[in-house]
Amino acid sequence: MIMNEPAIEVENFSFAFGSKRILDRVSLKVSVGDSLSIIGPNGAGKTTLIKCLNRILSGGQGSIKIKGKPLELYSQKELAMAVSYVPQADGRQLPFTVEEFVTMGRYPYLSPFSSVSRQDRGIVRRAMELTATDSFADRTLGSLSGGERQKVFIAAAVAQEADILLLDEPTTFLDYRHQVEIRRLIKDLNRHHNTTIMAVTHDINDAVVSGSRVLALKAGELLFDGSPQELIRQGLLENIYETSFFLIDHPRTGRPIITPEESEP
Amino acid sequence: MKKSWILLLLGLASAAVFLVAPMIGMKFLGLDAVFPHGPDTIDSHIFWKIRLPRVCTSFLAGAALAVGGSAFQAMFRNPLATPFTLGVASGASLGASLYVGLGFSFSFLGISGSSLSAFAGAVLAILVVYSFTRARRSFSTGSMLLAGVALSFFFSSLILLIQYMSDFTKTFHILRRLIGGIEAVGFDSVLSLFPFVASGAVIIFSLNRELNLLSTGEDLAASRGVNVVRTKQVIFLGASLMIGGVVSICGPIGFIGMMVPHICRLMIGPDNRYLTFASLMFGGGFLTLCDMLARTLFAPVELPVGVVTAILGGPFFFWLLLAGSSERTVF
Repeated sequence: MIMNEPAIEVENFSFAFGSKRILDRVSLKVSVGDSLSIIGPNGAGKTTLIKCLNRILSGGQGSIKIKGKPLELYSQKELAMAVSYVPQADGRQLPFTVEEFVTMGRYPYLSPFSSVSRQDRGIVRRAMELTATDSFADRTLGSLSGGERQKVFIAAAVAQEADILLLDEPTTFLDYRHQVEIRRLIKDLNRHHNTTIMAVTHDINDAVVSGSRVLALKAGELLFDGSPQELIRQGLLENIYETSFFLIDHPRTGRPIITPEESEP
Repeated sequence: MKKSWILLLLGLASAAVFLVAPMIGMKFLGLDAVFPHGPDTIDSHIFWKIRLPRVCTSFLAGAALAVGGSAFQAMFRNPLATPFTLGVASGASLGASLYVGLGFSFSFLGISGSSLSAFAGAVLAILVVYSFTRARRSFSTGSMLLAGVALSFFFSSLILLIQYMSDFTKTFHILRRLIGGIEAVGFDSVLSLFPFVASGAVIIFSLNRELNLLSTGEDLAASRGVNVVRTKQVIFLGASLMIGGVVSICGPIGFIGMMVPHICRLMIGPDNRYLTFASLMFGGGFLTLCDMLARTLFAPVELPVGVVTAILGGPFFFWLLLAGSSERTVF
């Protein structure tokens, strides 16, 4: 693994919807092969940050570089070859079959009237195998469970063959088994395929367990960038979420488990 | 492959309709009329100068309305989003009504002034809708459709106002335009319609893959490499060329743009690479068939074709709402 080669460099980046400032002078560096979690309360700007990195949202002040090249020098297709994205599970209705949907991940490599090549089909097939979605390749997305669907979305991102994968709350709304499976899948992509991972999460424990690094956003500002242990040691959680937490040590691993302190006994 | 077979069958069926329709009418015209032995007969005149141009016009119009509809449905991810529901038809009607109401009389490059005014009205409506989608990033398709309905009502009131202030003859002319129908004498209207439909269709066909991606959501489309803003602009351009061209010549013909893509989606699935082609053939064949019914059912009285499409389309739509929750058809 090559370390320190930059995957994402954000410098003094601000973003606003109209007059409402969402991101406020955010700076961060992510190296190739890193895996990091973005935490923060609702409305902190986590999703916006991710969407700015692959230009789902365009505009903003400051600079963003992807793999050393300024974002504005990328065409949207070139950018899609470098960065892939898994959106929040928002219950959108998709009429396509799993295979049709995963094949759309090959879009940046296709020209307008050409058909999907055998090589593309092979890549789609491998992406479905890697995510264990090949067994239901012919089913439509609408007929899948939330967990299966999420794996299909990741499969499509894998088929895109980008080095950087952005995920927006990949395990929210999933049952425990699927949470574990998705986390394992993401870890596998990071460890064995050298994919740089940046995942928004609401589950701090998830961040502690899976993220080698945590970014904490609050009201558009980057409050913290470092290891989960450091985040807890500095006692920043209360500040970020404006609520109190208990810390319990995991009986086997010794890692802290974080749970909000309720006023009721 | 199964889809190719469906496409082939659709193509054959619409070709058959296209070939048979001009023979059927108040009087059946056989091959004698198509290829007369001697000099021009009345029958051959009816076939070549009246019925064939009309069939060509209805085929082009139906194809354009259906392709435009399927593009809008995919782009807005909503089964109700067609250029018509978004106020284009009433925009075109307003243009034509203004032309008649203000007593204009001009033509340009052989295209009548009322057609040009209708085209301008249609384009105006699409521009309004387009700037609406650009005004705020977070506009939902729901508010888009509401805005389209509001725009339709607004234009309709203006049309009523023009009618109210016009004299009797003008009111009648405006009413005729509002009803809509296919009236073609000679190939003039075919020739003025063809460039609009052809250029719009080429644009939409070249963007089938982008339409597929847009129908999964604009965020996903962008993340897969689609330049969303530019693609939507180009789709708007293609659709307004087609729909504007049709509405300016045939008036508002409802339901084709909404109904045909749905039927095709049921038959062939949501993949726009097949869907737009299926819509083109089905739309062309279906409107030709409707127009044939319109001119023969109560011959010599001719029904406006919009009446036939809407009478067939209304019940279909109820059926779609009640039973059509198939996961392959609804966004």
